[in-house]
Amino acid sequence: MDAILLQILNGLDKGGAYALIALGLTIIFGTLGVVNFAHGALFMLGAFCAVALKSLLQVSFVTESATQKDFLGNPLKIETPYIEHWFGDFGSFLIEYSVPAAILMAIPVMLLIGVTMERGLIRFFYKRPHAEQILVTFGLAIVLGEVVKKFFGANPIPQSAPELARGMVDFGVMLGFDPGAVPYPTWRLVYFLFSLAVIGSVFAFLQFTTFGMVVRAGMADRETVGLLGIDIDRRFTIVFGIAAVVAGLAGVMYTPIQPPDYHWGMDFLVLSFVVVVVGGMGSLGGAVSAGFLLGILQSFASMNEVKSLLPGIDQIIIYLIAVIILLVRPRGLMGRKGVMES
Amino acid sequence: MSRSITNRRSLLKGSAAAGVALATPTIFTSQVWAAGYTNEPKGGSVTLGFNVPQTGAYADEGADELRAYQLAVEHINAGGGGMLETFSSKALKGGGINGKKVEYVTGDTQTKSDAARASAKRMVEKDGAIMITGGSSSGVAVAVQDYCQTAGIIFMAGLTHANDTTGKDCRANGFRHFFNTEMSGAALAPVLKNQFGSERVAYHLTADYNWGWSQEGSIQKYSEQLGWKTQAAVRTPLGAGDFSQYITPVLNSGADVLVLNHYGRDMVNSLTQAVQFGLRDKQVNGKDFGIVVPLYSRLMAQGAGENVKGIYGSTNWHWSLQDEGSKAFVKAFGEKYGFPPSQAAHTTYCQAILYADACQRAGTFMPTGVGEALKDFDFDGLGNGPTTYRGHDNQCFKDVLVVKGKENPSSKFDVLEVVEVTPRKQVEYGTDLLGCNKGSINNGAA
Amino acid sequence: MTASKTTSSSDLILLACFAAAVMAGPVILAPFGAGYPDLLQKFAIFGIFAIGFNILFGLTGYLSFGHAAFLGAGSYTAVWTFKLFSMNPIPAIIMATAFGGVFALVIGFISLRRSGIYFSILTLAFAQMSYNLAYSVLTPITNGETGLQLVQTDPRWLDTTVFGRDYGSTLPSSDLFGITMTGYSGFYFCAVMLIICFYISMRIFRSPFGLMLRAVKTNQNRLNYTGVNTRPYTLAAFVISGMYAGLAGGLMAVTDPLAGAERMQWTASGEVVLMTILGGTGTLLGPVIGAGAIKYFENIFSAYNDTTLMNIFSFLPEGLQTGVVNILGLFVGDGWHLTLGALFMLIVIFLPGGLMEGVNRLVNWATARFKNKDDGAPTPEPAAS
Repeated sequence: MDAILLQILNGLDKGGAYALIALGLTIIFGTLGVVNFAHGALFMLGAFCAVALKSLLQVSFVTESATQKDFLGNPLKIETPYIEHWFGDFGSFLIEYSVPAAILMAIPVMLLIGVTMERGLIRFFYKRPHAEQILVTFGLAIVLGEVVKKFFGANPIPQSAPELARGMVDFGVMLGFDPGAVPYPTWRLVYFLFSLAVIGSVFAFLQFTTFGMVVRAGMADRETVGLLGIDIDRRFTIVFGIAAVVAGLAGVMYTPIQPPDYHWGMDFLVLSFVVVVVGGMGSLGGAVSAGFLLGILQSFASMNEVKSLLPGIDQIIIYLIAVIILLVRPRGLMGRKGVMES
Repeated sequence: MSRSITNRRSLLKGSAAAGVALATPTIFTSQVWAAGYTNEPKGGSVTLGFNVPQTGAYADEGADELRAYQLAVEHINAGGGGMLETFSSKALKGGGINGKKVEYVTGDTQTKSDAARASAKRMVEKDGAIMITGGSSSGVAVAVQDYCQTAGIIFMAGLTHANDTTGKDCRANGFRHFFNTEMSGAALAPVLKNQFGSERVAYHLTADYNWGWSQEGSIQKYSEQLGWKTQAAVRTPLGAGDFSQYITPVLNSGADVLVLNHYGRDMVNSLTQAVQFGLRDKQVNGKDFGIVVPLYSRLMAQGAGENVKGIYGSTNWHWSLQDEGSKAFVKAFGEKYGFPPSQAAHTTYCQAILYADACQRAGTFMPTGVGEALKDFDFDGLGNGPTTYRGHDNQCFKDVLVVKGKENPSSKFDVLEVVEVTPRKQVEYGTDLLGCNKGSINNGAA
Repeated sequence: MTASKTTSSSDLILLACFAAAVMAGPVILAPFGAGYPDLLQKFAIFGIFAIGFNILFGLTGYLSFGHAAFLGAGSYTAVWTFKLFSMNPIPAIIMATAFGGVFALVIGFISLRRSGIYFSILTLAFAQMSYNLAYSVLTPITNGETGLQLVQTDPRWLDTTVFGRDYGSTLPSSDLFGITMTGYSGFYFCAVMLIICFYISMRIFRSPFGLMLRAVKTNQNRLNYTGVNTRPYTLAAFVISGMYAGLAGGLMAVTDPLAGAERMQWTASGEVVLMTILGGTGTLLGPVIGAGAIKYFENIFSAYNDTTLMNIFSFLPEGLQTGVVNILGLFVGDGWHLTLGALFMLIVIFLPGGLMEGVNRLVNWATARFKNKDDGAPTPEPAAS
């Protein structure tokens, strides 16, 4: 029982990441009709916002140690971040909290990247075939990855959660299990709650604001909205920016769970497409529910009991589900009929 | 049907003849087929082929290998510097190998067998490389080694740790300086016994491919000889990213040691996440929970940051070693590039030097001659103590380092500390253990 | 676009020119540093793969992201044929093509129940499942990460019992009645296959069947309303392209008897999509050119390093030389992916019809300049439409 509960928890925070990436992707599908192969790269760029902020905070001056030697036998160079030197404990505190602090940096940066991408490239591809959209965004994804590699290298770069969130929460005790039976890392719970908050905000924004109403109307019938004299293009630019921010935030907060590297863009690309298709093209609710569903099923498929019954099932579960859903329910869990069918 | 086949066959024959005629000029200029052995160097220089991952997850490791090769070429051409000063064989006197200046070409393996073979073929067929070396995975090493055997080229393997490279898939033309999972198991076992005692229950997470299984098998074999039990050995997909669904079952399984048979990004991720789930600070059966990473790479371990502290593993070489060879190499490398070399850089540098020295001693670049010079060759001064290139399977036998993550690192390179240097005789194994039947060395087209 | 009614004589000329160009490949490509056997073989093999893919994607518009699975399956089949039966390439490629076709029939039958992006994801899912299983659980058949190899103890039943051949203690390589399939003879074997495949593709393009496939691309709904069941046509196209992929995989094994699982990865499927679009979707020649361009980049651009660049630009003054090398160094060697990504973007943005559109534009521009005076004559439709 505790094993199953733990796997559900695993599925939830994995699902949170899948849902956030897929959410932005499906918004772009729904509004702009664009197949964005660079969406995984946006997730990766978000993660590197956290890396960049930490290295900015750690810009250091160098002093030479009197006693210690470096690997060549020269006096060891000790690096002290300016920020610690100037602000003392507050500086250390800032570095400690660099990952959550990077959210503040990622929002404007990712918005800017998203808007630039849409204005500079994507808007020329609204009317072009999907194959060309795929090729151009795939090219962009490669370029973005390579640029990050030039600056940060190919190896993963460790990021740590703040001290407070580094420990474990004994989740099981609340539900009446023995103490220590169902412990869960605090940061992973934070990630799950964070993903819920972001998903909630996006839904609220689209549901309760005039802007959101126009966007939803545009998703339903773009031409009519245009005929009403509403500048739908400008709104769609902002929508693209928001999708980029959502993917970026998902990336920022994921860095303590998994050290980021430049290859993340490609790693999460296929998966996020599968999530979107399972949920239904252009369906926000579908993307979120499919994200959590696939996360949880993936966790269950990895259990020894299941694997001994069906060897290799954890390798293919995601794709197997996609195949089954698409055959049984062609438009995905919550998709509208006829979207992106040709 | 049969008629169409005859037609096609005659067409084939005709076009093949036409092809040979067309290709005639290139056949002679490329020298591939006209020499006494493949790519016999005719001018004043000789070309080596450095085949390393330049894109993909191991790009940084590949970049470090390339740096080491460039350094080795400098030293060979100069006849001194670095570990050439401490190397026991003094055959290389400068001016390259056998009086020919050493030049090199580079290629990208992409850590894929197909791409690596294509890249190696380009170096042999187009650039006239006389030897291929490098790589950062066993799949690539086996694939390229197999090609080199058929082409009549010497292959000096880079970072490859699976037993198969000099075991089941060994080839007469392929040579490995790096150690393997069998040696890792043999070297780790006594240290694990000291550290964790002999009554332990191990839980393996294993990357689901050849190297992972090989590693899992070796650790199981040696840990069960200590009296350890194996609770479970779970296979994880390569590149899983998030390993939480494999780690949570460990929590309440009753196991008190977790063995992570992962390398590269998988190792970084699974170790980071195992520590996240509190395994490093856990108590099970009244004992401190232990985590073991059988194959450590310092370069990759940096990616796991603080999570490596106190975690045991084995490695081929580490820059903090204090023997003369290691010190000379670290000094030369550090002065040129500004940071210490990785184990990948070390093994590739050694391979380049060993090849050059063997050619010089043999007085030829002919693969059979080089193979004869390397056969059961004893040497010292390359950072691992007295070493032998065993003739039976072209595997180097040398001391193995057991390391653990350092508690108080003084710099970002200072990640590991050497716990023990397991002497060579403890990790040696019989010639029949891994089933190598390497055949004979191929000189290629005569 | 209606199928342009090109006379069969101009088709013959195109075929002859194509065949001549392919056969002269080693000479033509030598100045570009690409005239060595392995890369020439890869050009021909991936040309076949892309031509086959184009029959599905270029004609019907169905974008498959799983064709690498058929290529990989073809390779495994060919290597197993070598191991069990004979080192002759003919049975190997027949088996590989057949198995590629059967595999495609199964996957196509299921995937073609859906269209658009749903079809793409279905094919992607099947290919990824094949890859993941081949890499891990199916290792007894595929030899996993290391790849399936020949060993000396293989039975080679046909060779030993029927023909009484003994390969001795060396590892055999594939040979066609004594002509080994490595080096240039391997290339010419692949080249002949390429020309045959090109010819078949040309016949399909010009046939009523090809016309029907184009109709599927233009408006499938209308076809359905008129009572035409399009499924058999699209499935046939899918299976044909699967057979092309199987053949390509078989040829890879013929020229180099080692089959690895990564041939089935989705990035490998993506590569053939890129080849086709880069060259020109729906054109006859485009896919071959696209395949050549990508393989050229992968093998030649990745091989440059700072030292080679320094030699190339040694004619420049020293300061300038270092500057130029530093900038160019970003795009070659470990930066060749960057160049590839940028190239994709540039081509799609400026030449949506792929490299073939660029060629056509050049041709049209040139003919317009030459024929400025006789305004009545329309510019001839390029043969590869």
